[in-house]
Amino acid sequence: MQGFIRACSFAVALSGAAVAQAADITGAGATFPYPIYSKWAEVYKAKTGAGLNYQSIGSGGGIKQIKARTVDFGASDMPLKAEDLEKDGLVQFPAVIGGVVPVVNLEGVAPGQMRLDGGVLADIYMGKIKKWNDPAIVALNSGVKLPDENITVVRRADGSGTTFLFTNYLSKVSVEWKDKVGAGTAVQWPEGVGGKGNEGVASYVQRIKGGIGYVEYAYAKKNKMSHLALKNKAGEYVQPDDLTFQAAAAYAEWSKVPGFGEILTEQPGKTSWPITGASFVLMHKVQADPAKGAEVLKFFDWAFKNGQKIAQDLDYVPLPPALVKQIDTAWRASLKDASGQPILK
Amino acid sequence: MRVQRLQDALFHQVTRFFAFSVLAILAAIIASLLYGAWPALLEFGAGFPFSADWNPVADKFGGLISVYGTLSTSVIALVVAIPVSFGIAIFLTELCPPVLRGPLGIAVELLAAVPSIIYGMWGLFVFAPLFADYVQPVLSMTLGNLPFIGTLFQGPQNGIGILSAGLILSVMVIPFIASVMRDVFEVVPGILKESAYGLGATTWEVVWNIVLPYTRVGVIGGVMLGLGRALGETMAVTFVIGNAHRISPSLYEAGNSIASTLANEFAEAASDLHVSSLIALGLILFFVTFVVLALSKILLMRLGRSEGEKT
Repeated sequence: MQGFIRACSFAVALSGAAVAQAADITGAGATFPYPIYSKWAEVYKAKTGAGLNYQSIGSGGGIKQIKARTVDFGASDMPLKAEDLEKDGLVQFPAVIGGVVPVVNLEGVAPGQMRLDGGVLADIYMGKIKKWNDPAIVALNSGVKLPDENITVVRRADGSGTTFLFTNYLSKVSVEWKDKVGAGTAVQWPEGVGGKGNEGVASYVQRIKGGIGYVEYAYAKKNKMSHLALKNKAGEYVQPDDLTFQAAAAYAEWSKVPGFGEILTEQPGKTSWPITGASFVLMHKVQADPAKGAEVLKFFDWAFKNGQKIAQDLDYVPLPPALVKQIDTAWRASLKDASGQPILK
Repeated sequence: MRVQRLQDALFHQVTRFFAFSVLAILAAIIASLLYGAWPALLEFGAGFPFSADWNPVADKFGGLISVYGTLSTSVIALVVAIPVSFGIAIFLTELCPPVLRGPLGIAVELLAAVPSIIYGMWGLFVFAPLFADYVQPVLSMTLGNLPFIGTLFQGPQNGIGILSAGLILSVMVIPFIASVMRDVFEVVPGILKESAYGLGATTWEVVWNIVLPYTRVGVIGGVMLGLGRALGETMAVTFVIGNAHRISPSLYEAGNSIASTLANEFAEAASDLHVSSLIALGLILFFVTFVVLALSKILLMRLGRSEGEKT
């Protein structure tokens, strides 16, 4: 019965997509930027009449869909490697920036009051630190009363770009994590319980006393959860907010990595939040339907130049203007129609 | 006359086509599962169901953890659900005042109609906190001190894990088992029971010595039906099992069932081998539920035949 209902709703979704495809541009992929893409699309449609149909099926799904050419653009939270882009003839550019925030459920600990550094965070997720009053945690938190409680590690059960950023950060700050677990959208977790989606992790952490988890900043803010301050590469403790995410993005050397595949974790700079990341858009280098491709670019161009306020309202960080210029150049250089003419005029 | 015969023949063909299309669909499902699972089976071999690896980074997969989670939650569900369902069925058929029989019976059947996601959310938001605060500490202090099985009840008391998932499942399978039990208990001829009562037997003696032996096969069929549901249940389990790829001696620890692994990971599985391993897990689940349901069907058919002989 359940399967039947699911099949029906899938069929309805498919037919809906087919109808929309006639006029609108279509995209599919990461769930993290879904709120901002759909808000941008709504405002953009009111202004220009051109619609966007974005299906948040997950980064892995987005990559598969764009490779199969069923959508005009794919979206992924994890940048593809240069050789993968080359192999499938894809162009990649960042669209929006966000941050991942560790959150805890400890009585009497206010948001931002508690501090951790990368090594201790990795040890907690390795299961080596099991109590909140462990000397390693106490040493970083003079003045905070830490209870004699067990730590319950919470992480994602599904594959996720959020997990990729988090494990990428842990791999950079802990050699042991890098050797034993590694980084990816899903990893073999040594410890903890798994929640589905940011909501799942947020609700587990809120439910379990002594729980620690990691969520997108917007979820931590929306649910008023106790986030942690983290020590960044420059040795400073920073709070997660738009400014520290932006600082991390500003230090990135976008032009050095092909496809802007810069991972913004553990960036230098005194005010940089260490677990920052961009969400990426994927398009085919050779556009079979240049008019459609140009529509996609127009949409993102509009969003980069007029959508910053909307992004900030939803707790995303818009791209810095210098980066937008570089992306524009890349568009003109690498997105062509079948005869080799640039699609953006 | 000839037109009628033609109509009959046509009708015969059409119905046969419908019936055989079910077989065709079944075969197609098995074939596509095998096709999808082939790369994983080729890579990991026959040891796939017995390997405890599940490492998407290193592309190493095995089914043991998920199979263990599926079987252990189902066993817990049955251990709790069988006695409770038995009690419900006995009360409804033997002891219940006739006025209550209808409403109570309908209430049990309605329980079966609650969507599983509701059970999952109820499990996570209502059951798990209460279970963690009031039941888990008590179990730890009592059962947890017993030799051998004690370790099962020691561990993190946060209300999420194999035991919680098993208990939620038991609530979900009780209506299935209880209504089958009630139906088969009702077919016991009154004259047998009255004879036993006439000999001075208590209600318990009648149930244990007359009703249960008479309906044994049907009861087992009902249990199998419940087991079939417990094995494949997805949403409710995903909410409370903790979704951790780990086998632990404690029932308080988080685990993973086949269905919850599929629900969690399918959309975002990055490598082809990961997808293929998930399909292979689906194949294992298909095989297990198929065997269980086939067994229950055979048992129910045998019950029907023995009914026919006796009356």
